[in-house]
Amino acid sequence: MPRDNITDVLSAPARLYHPGGSALPNDSILSRDDAQALIERIKQFSRADAVEVQIFGGYATNVRFADNQMSTAGGVGDFQVGVQSYFGAKHAVVTTNELTDEALRRAVEKSETLARLAPDDPESMPQLPPQQYQPVEAYFPSVADMSAEARARIALTALEPCRSAGDLTAAGFLQNNAFFTAFGSSTGLFAYHRGTSSNYTVTVRTTDGTGSGWAGAEHNDAGQVDFAAVSRRAIEKARASQKPVAIEPGRYTVIMEPQAVGDLCQLIGFYADARATDEGRSPFVKQGGGTKVGEKIVDERINLYADPFDPMVRAQPFDGDGLPLGRQEFVRNGVLETLYYSRFWAKKKGVQPTGAPTSFLMRGGSASVEDMIKSTPRGILVTRLWYLREVDPRTILYTGLTRDGTFLIENGKVSRAVKNFRFNDSPLFMLNNLETLGRPERLAGTEAGGAVVVPAIKVRDFNFTSLSDAI
Amino acid sequence: MTTRRDFLKTGSVAAGAVALSSSLPGALHGTEAMVPRVRHVATAPEMDAVVKELLMEALNAAKLAGASYADARIGRYLQNFVVTREQQIINVVDTDSIGIGVRALVDGTWGFAASRDLTKAGVAAAAREAAAIAKANGVARDRRITLAPAPAVPNASWKNAYEIDPWTIPVEEKADLLIRSNAAGLKAANVKYVFSALFFRKQERSYANTDGSVIAQTIVQTAIQQQFTAVSPDFSDFQNRGNTIQPVGRGWEWVLQKQLAENAVAWGEEASAKLKAKPVEVGRYDLVLHPSHLWLTIHESIAHPTELDRAMGYEANYAGTSFVAPPADFLGKFTYGPAFMNVQGDRSQPGALATVGYDDEGVAPDEFLIVKEGKVNDYQTTREQASWLDWWYKSQGKAVRSHGCSYADNWSSVQFQRMPNVSLMPGEKEQSYEDLIAATDRGIAIVGDGSFSIDQQRYNAQFGGQLFYEIRGGKIVGMLKDVAYQIRTPEFWNSMDMIGGKQSYEVWGSFFDGKGQPGQVNAVSHGSVPARFRNVNVINTGRTA
Repeated sequence: MPRDNITDVLSAPARLYHPGGSALPNDSILSRDDAQALIERIKQFSRADAVEVQIFGGYATNVRFADNQMSTAGGVGDFQVGVQSYFGAKHAVVTTNELTDEALRRAVEKSETLARLAPDDPESMPQLPPQQYQPVEAYFPSVADMSAEARARIALTALEPCRSAGDLTAAGFLQNNAFFTAFGSSTGLFAYHRGTSSNYTVTVRTTDGTGSGWAGAEHNDAGQVDFAAVSRRAIEKARASQKPVAIEPGRYTVIMEPQAVGDLCQLIGFYADARATDEGRSPFVKQGGGTKVGEKIVDERINLYADPFDPMVRAQPFDGDGLPLGRQEFVRNGVLETLYYSRFWAKKKGVQPTGAPTSFLMRGGSASVEDMIKSTPRGILVTRLWYLREVDPRTILYTGLTRDGTFLIENGKVSRAVKNFRFNDSPLFMLNNLETLGRPERLAGTEAGGAVVVPAIKVRDFNFTSLSDAI
Repeated sequence: MTTRRDFLKTGSVAAGAVALSSSLPGALHGTEAMVPRVRHVATAPEMDAVVKELLMEALNAAKLAGASYADARIGRYLQNFVVTREQQIINVVDTDSIGIGVRALVDGTWGFAASRDLTKAGVAAAAREAAAIAKANGVARDRRITLAPAPAVPNASWKNAYEIDPWTIPVEEKADLLIRSNAAGLKAANVKYVFSALFFRKQERSYANTDGSVIAQTIVQTAIQQQFTAVSPDFSDFQNRGNTIQPVGRGWEWVLQKQLAENAVAWGEEASAKLKAKPVEVGRYDLVLHPSHLWLTIHESIAHPTELDRAMGYEANYAGTSFVAPPADFLGKFTYGPAFMNVQGDRSQPGALATVGYDDEGVAPDEFLIVKEGKVNDYQTTREQASWLDWWYKSQGKAVRSHGCSYADNWSSVQFQRMPNVSLMPGEKEQSYEDLIAATDRGIAIVGDGSFSIDQQRYNAQFGGQLFYEIRGGKIVGMLKDVAYQIRTPEFWNSMDMIGGKQSYEVWGSFFDGKGQPGQVNAVSHGSVPARFRNVNVINTGRTA
């Protein structure tokens, strides 16, 4: 573990080892060539029938603030190597973050020992042959090179106006990530991707305890994030949400801002597994057996798809098996187009595997949130949702609550703040009750995470089941 | 802390165990399984001299860079998973991560840096970066951060309650146990699928701070995850039974004790029975909640809202704030529940997940009552937070000290306030879960935790469960399904009118409690007795797509 003598590890790619020991971002982000060289080195240690190597490196910096104070702040560099060895239908994974030849050889040997002892996996698939990948340009120096002081100054875009206002407190978080991933196997397959993201979220609360507003933004390029605008939007929401009144829970026309839409609709993807459906345990099982593929499951204006090349997403263009990912429609014009097929299940069913998507997108329309409000005689405007949990997997029925900006709409205008609601509803029911589609946005992170681009929507009859006193 | 030399030794022990087990197929299949053949009596770790030197190097570098206080943690974090479904293996995974995290306080603001480069130069660079980040944050500083004093612990070591290190058990033994358990579950009518996994964590943590503390600790945690799925023959319904066994701060001995193959028959039958359960009629019921269920309600509606950082707004942007705020309006004043209600925070219950010898600021945690005789009495604290309540501690004649709730989930994560074990203490009268059912005229008994959701101030919550039983006239008359109850926290706890005694106390918990930005995962246990709640709102969650 402790490495006092650096010379014994210099045989590996030179950039991995920095005798100066400075924790600079680029030490954890390998170039394509260096990543390939590292994977080849690890493969040389392998004595298995087949081997897969996955490497990940990242440098993450953050600033956190709360109660109008600076809280924690940090910079973390790490690296992970995962080795999966195969002996026939037996396999096992070992990961390490030590990069000496000795540690890497030990990881390979350990994965071989475990694989030999493991029972056969009858679903083990042969390694993919080399694949062609269309690269995704997702790495921006604006994120990787941002200084600690620049990060603190972003926090000030919320802290300064809230401190000087006297009746507001800000809590927020800026996180910059720079990372790469690479995947290679004994067939010669090699895949590489690197990227950055800058994520900024702010919650402003009023000191009387009656108002709370949230805003957030995320982009691969920090230059595309208007940090001060995020802070301003949270402040405006906090003021507008003060002194909410209780209105009866029940079924309402609801305008959901994109953040709320993403949290709910992203769930559909998690249940769209072909195997679970064929086994009779998914919402896409047809009564009596079979699947709902080819059937209309939601409003015909709904299109759900994955697309790592979309400029608002710029996600990894391959999955954990090294399968290339392209644009893939899951719901087209309201019809369930396909379910997710793993390589094993696709082979068994004689279809093409879909790959495990790295992005979730929903096509939008042209309406702004303001347009939707204007056309609403009575309804609720929701900023975001919180604590979504499965209630019934048979229907994707979820519960959760509204949070940080919930408003009553009357006669085409936001009339006042209302208390938060708990809902019990399903994105499938909701997307059958669609009124209007808004403009897609990149979200600042859903509860489930991942790259998500969805529009605001207006829906009928959304099911609020109780009130919450939480501000 | 394990060094590379120790690791190699451990590796050879594992190889020896492999050989032994391979030569004795089936040796563990009978009752002998309860008496492990090789007993690795684990002892508290000695800190490796090289590790100590690196920690001192980091602290010195932080001080030279201007830190008024710094602490450094070198940790090795191991995980081992074995995952199966039905009669086959899905995956075997072993992860190993090692590095240093350094926290520096400069002019009253924090900075943190983490690196996997465990050379003298590497740890010093991480320390300098932590100090540089702290300094850079000075431009946005308002108040200075201060720390409550804590006695220096110059040479401490500690291990948790594990007896058999799961890393000494060969993988095929783990897989074989799961596959036999799956087979037993699959015998039940309509049970078509079983998922099961063993998940082990081992943390070898070495800590030092500029107050002079130097502490080595080893912690092993074990989770057994299972899901039994019954599918109706006409594909009109499917039902799951999961969360069968609580995760613990113990080792392989816990897995043996739970007798997976023997007990899986009953779990499979429970999944099967859920297909025939009667849909619940909505309305108000008295609820008898088993400790295997109530722990999660305690976690969400008592333990989270009494985290002091949350109450003070430090989690406002993510995990949320708390209705138990501001503390001055609640301490000694707010009635959380009936006078027989006592809720303890501690990190001392043997085998519980949050149990440690010392927290990640070098503090030996104490036992404290969060709710005392029904009233709010204290909050969960770290050294940064304890002084925020000095007025209260002084009025109570108590010292202003941290309760030892600082925790970082990895060497690469910064420590902050995390939940200790928070438990509902037994009542004076020795009564059981069955006694509570017998005393109930019309109600629902709930076993196991299911769906859970609560708002960001911890008022409005909705909980499902695993198994629901209809109570009529003091007897269980059948099984129900599609049950969830909705509560407002203060009314719910004040509706509690019966609790079990010492004999009925069980410790359950979560392996994955999320909080913080960037998000960190804490493992925490909650002891509980069964309890009865009057007139709770029950909804029916069943619908058709």
